[in-house]
Amino acid sequence: MDWGWVQDHLDEIQSLFFQHAQFTLLALVYGFAIAFPLALAATRWPRLYTPILGLTGILFTIPSIALFMLMMPFTGPTATTCLIALTIYTLLVLVRNTVEGLRGVPREVREAAEAMGYRRFKQLFRVELPIALPVIIAGIRIAVVTTIGLVTITALIGFGGLGALFIDGFRQAFGTPIIVGFTLSVLFAVVADVALVGAQRMLTPWARGAGGR
Amino acid sequence: MITFNSVSKRFADGTTAVDSLSLEVPDGEIAVFVGPSGCGKTTTLRMVNRMIEPTDGVIEVDGKNILKEDPAELRRRIGYVIQQIGLFPHRTIRENIGTVPGLVGWDKKRTQERVDELIEVVGLQEDSGDRYPHELSGGQQQRVGVARALAVDPPIMLMDEPFGAVDPIVRTRLQEEFLRLQQEVQKTIVFVTHDIDEAIKMGDRIALLSQGGHLEQYATPEEMLASPANEFVADFLGGERGLKQLALISVSDVDAQSGPVVTLEDTRAHASEVAGDANTDWVVVVDDARHLRGWVSIEELNGQRNVGEGNIHAFSAEVKSGDSLRTALNAMVTSRTGVAARVGEGGIYEGIVTHRLINEELSKPAQHTPD
Ligand SMILES: Nc1ncnc2c1ncn2[C@@H]1O[C@H](COP(=O)(O)OP(=O)(O)OP(=O)(O)O)[C@@H](O)[C@H]1O
Ligand SMILES: [Mg+2]
Repeated sequence: MDWGWVQDHLDEIQSLFFQHAQFTLLALVYGFAIAFPLALAATRWPRLYTPILGLTGILFTIPSIALFMLMMPFTGPTATTCLIALTIYTLLVLVRNTVEGLRGVPREVREAAEAMGYRRFKQLFRVELPIALPVIIAGIRIAVVTTIGLVTITALIGFGGLGALFIDGFRQAFGTPIIVGFTLSVLFAVVADVALVGAQRMLTPWARGAGGR
Repeated sequence: MITFNSVSKRFADGTTAVDSLSLEVPDGEIAVFVGPSGCGKTTTLRMVNRMIEPTDGVIEVDGKNILKEDPAELRRRIGYVIQQIGLFPHRTIRENIGTVPGLVGWDKKRTQERVDELIEVVGLQEDSGDRYPHELSGGQQQRVGVARALAVDPPIMLMDEPFGAVDPIVRTRLQEEFLRLQQEVQKTIVFVTHDIDEAIKMGDRIALLSQGGHLEQYATPEEMLASPANEFVADFLGGERGLKQLALISVSDVDAQSGPVVTLEDTRAHASEVAGDANTDWVVVVDDARHLRGWVSIEELNGQRNVGEGNIHAFSAEVKSGDSLRTALNAMVTSRTGVAARVGEGGIYEGIVTHRLINEELSKPAQHTPD
């Protein structure tokens, strides 16, 4: 471990970390923006669920390198390529958990809401989604941790966040950047996960001790 | 008033859940829909607030066809207690109760006050208001369900087995409390149960449905018990029909016989004569102010000058005017005299209830209309 190197490259490390965080965040935001309507559609029309799940499932299993190769002809070695790939990988778990969360809302609770005089839209946002929230957040947690890991791979086409440190290290056969990159990305994943758990506890106080997750 | 006019419901899979139902629920009354599981009770109930739409026929609330109204608005004016309670798990008890006030746009203060009031009305502890539903017992949850349905004081209530999920003791208590509440609030209520005893107890009228949503009889409990329309109704009412009927008549509904009554100062000879006239071997003893003292057998008065010196027994069967004839009968079969003594305010003797009186009451055609 060469602390001198770390000192010299502090600015670079910092900006790589921010890039990493930015990719993660954007991938999640875009992923959710796509997954949410898909999940709503799959809940409303259950027949859509299997094809939607199948498609996002197939996308999820494409190896990341292969996905980059596939996209190169269209978007080139750009940040957009990275972001599209990362976004695609979040879809499966976000769709699945949102649908399962909504399906987990007890039937009698939905019927009670209807009987009280909720209109469909309001019922979804005021009753069903809040109750589905623990399951949805569980999905987001998985997506965040997976994405943080995946971002390192995008370094291969030059937009790597902390992954760039790995490549540096390997190219120079020098351990320090690898250790720094590895530690930071693990730390980032842990902190993000803990923060999400905290957010869930704050948003769903009712789920404590109620068999809530 | 709720009117069903030849209402039928056939589901897409071909199940006929309700078959050409016609009946009227008058204002301020409880109509109980009762029948075996799957006979269409819930379906009928849900057609009133449009959670299910009839295939045929018309339902009117206060003379207006409900299909002409906006479903959400209609539902906010109709309280609904769902069969499986269905509280919102993510909201506190207070928030659950405040649901409909929120939907119809009451301000915070008004909602708060109403919620406080309802917590008291349905008999919840004040401190349960800030809890979540899963922290309450089944009985408490059902109370919340009722409170939530009452929140905006809707004139109409639909209650689907509202006391189904609790043990018999809590159930009896909830029933009684609700009947007391109903006396004050006078809602028009459709109440669903599969328990005939609950139907008899809660209903001003009972609609008995059979499989396929067929109305077998719609009548007051008294009428139904006295003259069941057919075999199915008689079977469903079960054995002990006579006893169930008696349970609905209170002692004050029948004229008590004065009975062989003497005072403490009356002589033995007089007592003997009174007993003889009444064809008994005992007399009822009262004091000057007509307080009931008990009874004494003529034989035991042998050698005594007046009644007061005799061995006076307390009646094992004393009933009050509010008791039911069923209670009176139960008391009678266990008492030596074979009658029940009826006492009013302050222990004043009012007369005796005899087997004959009960027999006569049962053989009368039903004329008790709910008030
Ligand atoms: N959505 C539906 N689609 C098809 N059939 C249905 C539907 N809902 C109810 N049914 C059928 O209609 C009939 C009446 O059902 P309903 O729920 O009204 O009965 P119920 O009298 O309330 O029974 P329970 O006492 O068990 O609650 C049943 O045979 C039921 O299976
Ligand atoms: Mg039912």
